[in-house]
Amino acid sequence: MRVSKAERLEAVRQGLLVSVLRKLAGDRFALLGLGIILTVMAVAFLAPYVANDPVKVDLAKRLAPSSALFPLGTDHLGRCILSRLIYGTQVSLPTAGLTLAVIMLIGIPIGILSGYCGGRVDNIIMRVVDVLLAFPSLVLALVIAGMLGPGLINVLIALASVWWVEYARFVRAIVLSVKAKEFVLAARASGTSDVGIITRHILPDVLSPVIVLATLDMGKLILVISGLSFLGLGAQPPAPEWGAMLNDGRPYLQAAPQLMLYPGLAIMTVVLAFNLLGDGLRDALDPRDTVRV
Amino acid sequence: MKSYLLRRILYLLPVILGVSIITFGLINLAPGDPAEIILRADGMEPTKEAVAVLREELGLNDPVYIQYGRWLWGVLHLDLGESFRTGNPVAEELFSRLPATLELTCAALVFMVILAVPAGILSALYHHTFVDHLSRLCALLGASLPGFWLGLMLIYFFSVKLGLLPVMGRGGFRHLILPAVTLGFGMAAVYARILRAGMLEVLGQDYIKVARAKGLKEKWVIGRHALKNAILPTVTLFGMSVGYLLGGTVIVETVFAWPGVGKFAVDAIFNRDYTVIQGYAFFMALVFVLVNLLVDISYVFLDPRVRLERTRQG
Repeated sequence: MRVSKAERLEAVRQGLLVSVLRKLAGDRFALLGLGIILTVMAVAFLAPYVANDPVKVDLAKRLAPSSALFPLGTDHLGRCILSRLIYGTQVSLPTAGLTLAVIMLIGIPIGILSGYCGGRVDNIIMRVVDVLLAFPSLVLALVIAGMLGPGLINVLIALASVWWVEYARFVRAIVLSVKAKEFVLAARASGTSDVGIITRHILPDVLSPVIVLATLDMGKLILVISGLSFLGLGAQPPAPEWGAMLNDGRPYLQAAPQLMLYPGLAIMTVVLAFNLLGDGLRDALDPRDTVRV
Repeated sequence: MKSYLLRRILYLLPVILGVSIITFGLINLAPGDPAEIILRADGMEPTKEAVAVLREELGLNDPVYIQYGRWLWGVLHLDLGESFRTGNPVAEELFSRLPATLELTCAALVFMVILAVPAGILSALYHHTFVDHLSRLCALLGASLPGFWLGLMLIYFFSVKLGLLPVMGRGGFRHLILPAVTLGFGMAAVYARILRAGMLEVLGQDYIKVARAKGLKEKWVIGRHALKNAILPTVTLFGMSVGYLLGGTVIVETVFAWPGVGKFAVDAIFNRDYTVIQGYAFFMALVFVLVNLLVDISYVFLDPRVRLERTRQG
């Protein structure tokens, strides 16, 4: 049975949190994703207690195989790979999270402004968006990061200045559909201010789809940030960032493939976790029994 | 129809103008004085006098809009400036590397189609079975795999361990396999899922039931009726995925030392060769915009419904 959009909005409003949590609890894959993310976060907090110094160089022990002291072996500078992976959680997750926060802080207000004000404001914003969308986003991010120079902060700036567009467009589309709904018209007729309408009536409807998008984007951001670090633009040595670790390991592909195996697996696992959780959230927030893509 | 095409092309002009403004502005993001960077690239100590002379020579003392106008005039004449590093014209350097990048992108697209179309059809026909679950798992992995890591792992297994394929560089068909697989895998997974969703929707339509009821062979039902309609959403996606592929070539070309535009751009970034980076950004945006225009136009030809609607509008 297909539920109309108005009914869906109503249903979402009524027991959103409870129903979402119940559905999520029944989705094994989403729970697995959530479990992995929470574990990785715990590892990031516990890193100083469970790992060795990730930047301590010991050339006598370079490229050592796995042992009791170094469970995943050591890298080309004799640093413990496992410790570097563990400390890497303190770089990859917060960087992606912070970037996402900046993207949302720029994109959501602009999207709301564009959709709610309409007219000339909307027109100007959308033309800027059109121009930015004319660039392949990865190319523009790479070029901005390249111009600014290496460093995680520059990567953050580059990604935020490219990625906000997606959120602005996404939010604008939602605002345009919600703006025409009866409850918004009723609120306006009863004299609610624009700010009141946006915060009390529009924002709640914007948030749930944005949460899904953001969860899926966390995975994408981790991939892009590690990719830029792999190219040498993100985290700089000796920071234990996973993408940079892969770059460090490249010359040793033949002699010590483990240098590249583990950081890659770490990136994949975390991204997979965000994708599983994002898929689960999307299904949980969408009451229709739709085809899963 | 003609007026639709004309409008679509006219609409591009302000977009390309905007792209040119952003691209021109990019150079201001770079730390330091361009004149100083050029002098350093030439191996000279940038004294105050030398910098002042070069600034005057390059017109860097002119107002920004004059500089932009001069740059745009050059771009209109296919002149993207000269490389800080080599002094060669950037446009020439980019054009000479474009065939390698296009070869890689096309090979990735072919690989994508070979993998995605059967996977999409099979998982729709056998949905909720093992085949479908396997395809979903691959799609999830495809979306979660770092491309550069996949490339390195492929090199390790197929080149280092098994010695079947060359490690890097451009050459014959064998050189193309690993980079194309690396570039195409992620998108193939996405396409397969979208095609599956499209097929499932189409297979539930009445005309499919009619086709089956009149005793048409299954291969005709799938090939002529279902696939033709299910494939349309993937065409729209095609435009977007070209953007993704062009971005992806940067990393894949770096991993496989593929002498294309992307590798050239990465090298330019580390050489602080800002005119090359600028030219690359403009060039890629132009390619992306043109591909999307072609996708839009092809859509009009592929789908009679769109053609009718747009002709009416036009």
